[in-house]
Amino acid sequence: MTISRRRFLLSTAVIGGGLLIGYAATRPSRHRVANETLAHNGQRFLTTWLRIDPDNRVTVYVPHSEMGQGVHTSLAMMAADELDADWELVTAEQAPATDLFANGDLITGFASEFGLPSFLQPILAASSVKISQLVNLQTTGGSSSVRFTGEHGMRNAGAAAREMLIACAADRWGVPAEQCHTQLSHVHHNASGRSLAYGELAAAAAELEPPENPRLKQPQEFTIMGKAMSRADIPPKVNGSAQYGIDAYSDDMLFAAIRIAPVFGARLVSVDASEALGRRGVQRVIELEDSVAVVADNYWRAKEALKLVKAEFEQTENDHVSSADIWAQFDSDLAAGDGKKDKEVGDTKTAMSEASDIIEASYRVPYLAHAPMEPMNCTVHFHDGRADVWTSTQDNLGIRGRVASVGGLDENDVMMHPVYLGGGFGRRLPFNWNMIDHATLIAKQFEVPVKTIFSREDDMQQDYYRPAVASNFRASFDTNGNVSAWENRFTGPIQTPGAAHIPYAIGNQSIRVVDSETHVPIAAWRSVDHSQQTFFTESFIDEVAHRAGRNPYQFRLELLSEHPRHRRVLEVAAEGAGYGQNLPDGHAMGIAVQESFGSIVAEIAEVSIDENGQPRVHRVTCAIDCGRAVNPDTVEQQVESGILFGLSAALYGEITIENGAVVQANFPDYNSVRMAQTPEIQIHIIESGEALGGLGEPATPPIAAAVANAAYILTGQRIRELPFKNHDLSRSTPVAQR
Amino acid sequence: MANFRVNGVEYRLDVEPEMPLLWVLRDELGLTGTKFGCGIAACGACTVHVNGSSTRSCVTPVQAVEGADITTIEGLAEAVNGTAPDAPALTRVQQAWIDYQVPQCGYCQSGMVMAVTDLLNNNPNPSDADIDRSLSNICRCGSTPRVRKAIRSLVSA
Repeated sequence: MTISRRRFLLSTAVIGGGLLIGYAATRPSRHRVANETLAHNGQRFLTTWLRIDPDNRVTVYVPHSEMGQGVHTSLAMMAADELDADWELVTAEQAPATDLFANGDLITGFASEFGLPSFLQPILAASSVKISQLVNLQTTGGSSSVRFTGEHGMRNAGAAAREMLIACAADRWGVPAEQCHTQLSHVHHNASGRSLAYGELAAAAAELEPPENPRLKQPQEFTIMGKAMSRADIPPKVNGSAQYGIDAYSDDMLFAAIRIAPVFGARLVSVDASEALGRRGVQRVIELEDSVAVVADNYWRAKEALKLVKAEFEQTENDHVSSADIWAQFDSDLAAGDGKKDKEVGDTKTAMSEASDIIEASYRVPYLAHAPMEPMNCTVHFHDGRADVWTSTQDNLGIRGRVASVGGLDENDVMMHPVYLGGGFGRRLPFNWNMIDHATLIAKQFEVPVKTIFSREDDMQQDYYRPAVASNFRASFDTNGNVSAWENRFTGPIQTPGAAHIPYAIGNQSIRVVDSETHVPIAAWRSVDHSQQTFFTESFIDEVAHRAGRNPYQFRLELLSEHPRHRRVLEVAAEGAGYGQNLPDGHAMGIAVQESFGSIVAEIAEVSIDENGQPRVHRVTCAIDCGRAVNPDTVEQQVESGILFGLSAALYGEITIENGAVVQANFPDYNSVRMAQTPEIQIHIIESGEALGGLGEPATPPIAAAVANAAYILTGQRIRELPFKNHDLSRSTPVAQR
Repeated sequence: MANFRVNGVEYRLDVEPEMPLLWVLRDELGLTGTKFGCGIAACGACTVHVNGSSTRSCVTPVQAVEGADITTIEGLAEAVNGTAPDAPALTRVQQAWIDYQVPQCGYCQSGMVMAVTDLLNNNPNPSDADIDRSLSNICRCGSTPRVRKAIRSLVSA
């Protein structure tokens, strides 16, 4: 058979027949509801995200992207449990990227936690943005899906729908609603032995106004939540059928390869594309403000032709900036000013002046790339005054608005097609626009779909990076040997308020931030500021413990007297790890504990030093208090994932700058933990019954400090700069175990 | 003209001999189950079987597979289980991947499944050291603990 290209056409997301409960014409518009939510923190957001079909099938619309965190399954579980649905009849779909499905619960959740998160703030800063865009939210970030959308939105939606179905059944039977109960997608009236399937009631129920405050179940009433359910997105991920953004495909599709100015912010000056234009399959060479792209009928052809394009970019004031310059800037900014208050308690100055001993240390962590396995890509098809978009994004609504704005369309004329994400980790949050903008501007010049792909090198060198941070500490001991003051000066900006705060009972604390901007674009990276700050604070508290001659575990427990949940995770992790018991020769355990995104996590790493002077992590024992586990298997997956993501960064991760541009280009110089470096991971989930905590991020922060604290015991070397690959731990003096 | 079979289908394609097999599969044949990860054989997301052996298709020019039998993730079950109407739709590796809930984002898993299948074909009872040595695929989500568990389940079975 001779074939050019033929295969499936680009698919279109359509909501099929059936009833979307709660969409009665009299409903207030979603815009208004959501605006009210934004304007008044803590106000209840009420809508339904459920469709029930005549055949009794339930579809839950999830306003979050599936990037492997199992959100389509866990949120469906939450709605289905409150609905008393038969789980076998429940499926989840990603909510369409339309105003109707904007997710106001995110605003409610984040606002109650720490005000609007940084990744949402740019939208507020843009005064020209329509108020409706403020709530055009389908963001997946901040470890928010289950604890905010699920807990506020999905459970209420399920419970409201259940009450509506009961009301219809009671009305039909002429009995009081209180005499009816629900089970496995049916309403029952025990006294008369009658029952009706939800599918038979859905049409009538959809005419009702959803109750504002439906009764939610108590945990002991849960039938679905708390059980380890198989993730719905896994079967298509084992046979190649899962569709990621990069898999959008049509017979007439074109492909774009792009070269962006290597120094951030530089503009394109001139292009000589003469050698590229004659190449097979090449359609056009497109010049953009900061880049040049080749569009061809095959990505490889586009990329090969791009190599022949000569492009000149303007010189900028950053052309000679190197990482050394950036560190020097951080150091001098930290030395020059006392910065802004992050947290001040007591009188640190006096405590320091009266100290019997003072310990000082300076820490640094580098820029990091996100490097999701699926390189950044975006397919846009402009046609008939509209655009269809396929891209792996953590916010389809945000991208819809951006494509509309860049492409000169009304956002209602932009159709987002939901796809799986090949990893996100913050890279695919809104405001990390570069790929979206480039792909939109390129595709706008064609009438066929154009798929723009960043090569891995583009992906690594044109990211929005986890910020590099320098952090200087001092701690003092009073004449009784107790810790009397904690002083911390670190470079900002702060993206996550409170990340540098410590839970330890130290009477005098001065934590201040010195903003030190560079030309390197920054963004949220899995666990955001906690990824840097937990390495700093949990390493330095370990230094303080050793200086005091104390066991770091006991020392922490004593200073956590007012934080019983922190103590608990430490105790559970220590017991699970066998902390304090004999270890093989050359092994030691390091500890770290951190609260982030509402969950509290302790990690204990068992480490040895290998023949290359590098830490070998044998085992990680993790205890996590996330309030309650909705899907325990997903909790474990996210903890495994968070630990290994953090471990890759701690061991290998660094983005450095030379001549204004990123040095690292691909996986050999930005390595990841693979099978051979994967430790055994033991996880203890603590169901404290407290408010739900996040899961996507909280396991990432503690691991770097846990490994560094173990390495210190083994070698006497205190690692204050990551990654480990830049250190040689082979010649060293073990510290006596206490 | 390039001649080869993919998942049992004979192809005769007019493509440049140096075009990597990955882009022939994805952009010319629309077989998007094979993933682009790094382009330099560093991550394994593009792993396919060429005459049964794991091969990183992103650095394999199509001229190197002239006349070869290529299996991609889309055709793996048929290649392993045959085409009889009652043949299982999944291989035992794929089934173990579901049983142990291995994938997270899943983007690397086509390559991971192909690599593990080849490993077990050559070494039905691999030690942990064998697994470490044979599987260098990158998974940024951190599915590796479950990859190991799933492989162990197949070894002891």
